[in-house]
Amino acid sequence: MAPSGWTQGNIRNGLRMIIRARGAGVWENYMSEQNSESMSRRSLLNMIGTVAGSAVMYHAMTEMGYAGESGYTGPIKLSPPPPGTSVLILGAGIAGMVAAMELRDAGYKVQVLEYNGRAGGRNWSLYGGDTYTELGGFTQKVGFAPGHYLNPGPWRLPYHHYGILSYAKRLNVALEPFTQVNYNAYLHSTESYGGKPQRYRTIQADFQGHVAELLAKSTRQKALDGAVTKEDQEILLAALRNWGALDANYNYAKGLVSSNRRGFDSDPGGGLNSVPIPSQPLALSELLKSRLWASISSGQGYEFQSSIFQPVGGMGMIGKAFGKELGNLIKYNCKVIDIHQDAKGVTATYIDSRTGGAPQKASGDWCVCTIPASILSQIPMNVGAPMKNAIDQLPYEAALKIGLQFKRRFWEEDEQIYGGITFTNQPNAMLGYPNYKYFTKGPGVILASYTFGPNAFIAAAKPPEDRIKDALDYGQKIHPQYKKEYDCGAAVAWHRVPWTLGCAGQWTDERRAKHYNNLCAMDGRIVLAGEHASRIPAWQEGAVTSALDAIGRLHKRVMTA
Amino acid sequence: MKTVFLSLAALLLLTAGASAQEVRAGSFPQQSGEEIFKGVCQGCHMPDAKGATGAGAYPALASNPHLQVAGYPVGVVLHGQKAMPWFSDYFSDEQVANVVNYVRTNFGNHYTDKVTPADVKAQR
Repeated sequence: MAPSGWTQGNIRNGLRMIIRARGAGVWENYMSEQNSESMSRRSLLNMIGTVAGSAVMYHAMTEMGYAGESGYTGPIKLSPPPPGTSVLILGAGIAGMVAAMELRDAGYKVQVLEYNGRAGGRNWSLYGGDTYTELGGFTQKVGFAPGHYLNPGPWRLPYHHYGILSYAKRLNVALEPFTQVNYNAYLHSTESYGGKPQRYRTIQADFQGHVAELLAKSTRQKALDGAVTKEDQEILLAALRNWGALDANYNYAKGLVSSNRRGFDSDPGGGLNSVPIPSQPLALSELLKSRLWASISSGQGYEFQSSIFQPVGGMGMIGKAFGKELGNLIKYNCKVIDIHQDAKGVTATYIDSRTGGAPQKASGDWCVCTIPASILSQIPMNVGAPMKNAIDQLPYEAALKIGLQFKRRFWEEDEQIYGGITFTNQPNAMLGYPNYKYFTKGPGVILASYTFGPNAFIAAAKPPEDRIKDALDYGQKIHPQYKKEYDCGAAVAWHRVPWTLGCAGQWTDERRAKHYNNLCAMDGRIVLAGEHASRIPAWQEGAVTSALDAIGRLHKRVMTA
Repeated sequence: MKTVFLSLAALLLLTAGASAQEVRAGSFPQQSGEEIFKGVCQGCHMPDAKGATGAGAYPALASNPHLQVAGYPVGVVLHGQKAMPWFSDYFSDEQVANVVNYVRTNFGNHYTDKVTPADVKAQR
């Protein structure tokens, strides 16, 4: 047997027990694979995760010294550099500001140039009173009430994104829960159930219940005899009854048991007329054809599993806090037009991003460049062909976000939806309800569209007011109160954002294999950082871990120079 | 054997990435060159095809001498270039031919030789 080492042996024994206990019946296949090939540690962990679940995988990871490997291992510790060593940082987004803060604290002389008049980059919230002008000159004046906002960029902080969370904590940014899955929100398709939105709760319960019933039937009809032992079949049946809310006969049927998952026609109450009235499960065939099941796993992705968080007052609070911390180390409204390195240092030439004017220069012994590749590909910079090619092969994706403010929180008052997400097959893809100011009497801002791909391209080609008009039409099909209660909105199509030309680096497996290492590797005195130089694309954690990795390597170079 | 295992790993990745992939997949309903330009391209190149400038820039397609050789815009639409994403996954050969022909004969461009879907296919 090829694999060696006690850890893999131990894990394999544990895995065998788990698989047998679960009756998964894949042990033999797994072993036959193992007999002639060794497997990597990560492959083994994937296997464990697939068959045994994440909790078991976590234990296995701990055994193998793998747990917590998010790329973030706690605050970076840099020894003091030679006095006077300077680093020029381009971009005051999350990556640039992480680099600036840590290098400053280590004793470097740092200066940050930023295109915008604010800190944060894509860490950004739009508030009432803000004016946003996209490419083409289309200007929006945001009319949201105080305390309400749209996060055009990131809006969620997974609990395992240790890096960004730790900076939020260090900078005293208050966090609150973000609700990804709301059982009382809707799954909606214009093609099923007459276009009537269904509660997530009923689709989830009914799909799970029907699947459990079918599997129980197969088990009892001996269809699984080859795959599951007799003893395990007993356990499996008990599990299916529990998991699927089946009745004593292993049927998913109308009754108190199933209604306790999917909801009642009339809830139990107190006093007279308090008898609960069960509801009728949806028929399997129609449920399958509805395709609404496609969204019930939305909260099961690693990044969306509870608990996840958002900053109180908008995602932009993190960027603001960084900006305050760095103070006048950041020079705003600087449009970089040239980056040049020589044997002694790096010089960026820039003009005022608002007024143009005479070019100015800023220099450092070293440079951390976090300018998005979409922009950087257009700025003359003397780096070698490998890095240059990598930058030139990384366009940014289309994405659209629209925030609509409504005069009252009808989704809460009329439909008991408190935060979370409704999914729809319409081009807006989803409605994200505000996870703040619950139960208040005033207005609320719904994320009325969040989409990528063709729908986002199409929206970018329209003026902002037309994007909002479309979003109102889509939302009206889910909430009849929508147009009556609409107050004002803001729409951000990322290809028209002047300082990114898209939302995030559009990597493919092929391009990553060819260019990723070249993008990340230091070229002379220049190192790149940002979500685009990470394997967590489009997430702020990618920006943080990329920046820490970049300055760690830069520091090593400084200390050995 | 290894294939079996790899397919398991691939399945895991697919499951994890499904939600993101689903929203990115799809195609554009616009068919004529004008529909495609107005429905998609003008998002970046702007309704007057004169492009736009911020921290970076979208080039003007209007009166653009680079459009003289039809193979060039076909290649850029299919495979992307710098900030321009590739559209080979989204557009059919006909759609690419239609929009290239539209842009090459509008906005001050007067290149009358037509691109055919077969020309596009050859550049995929």
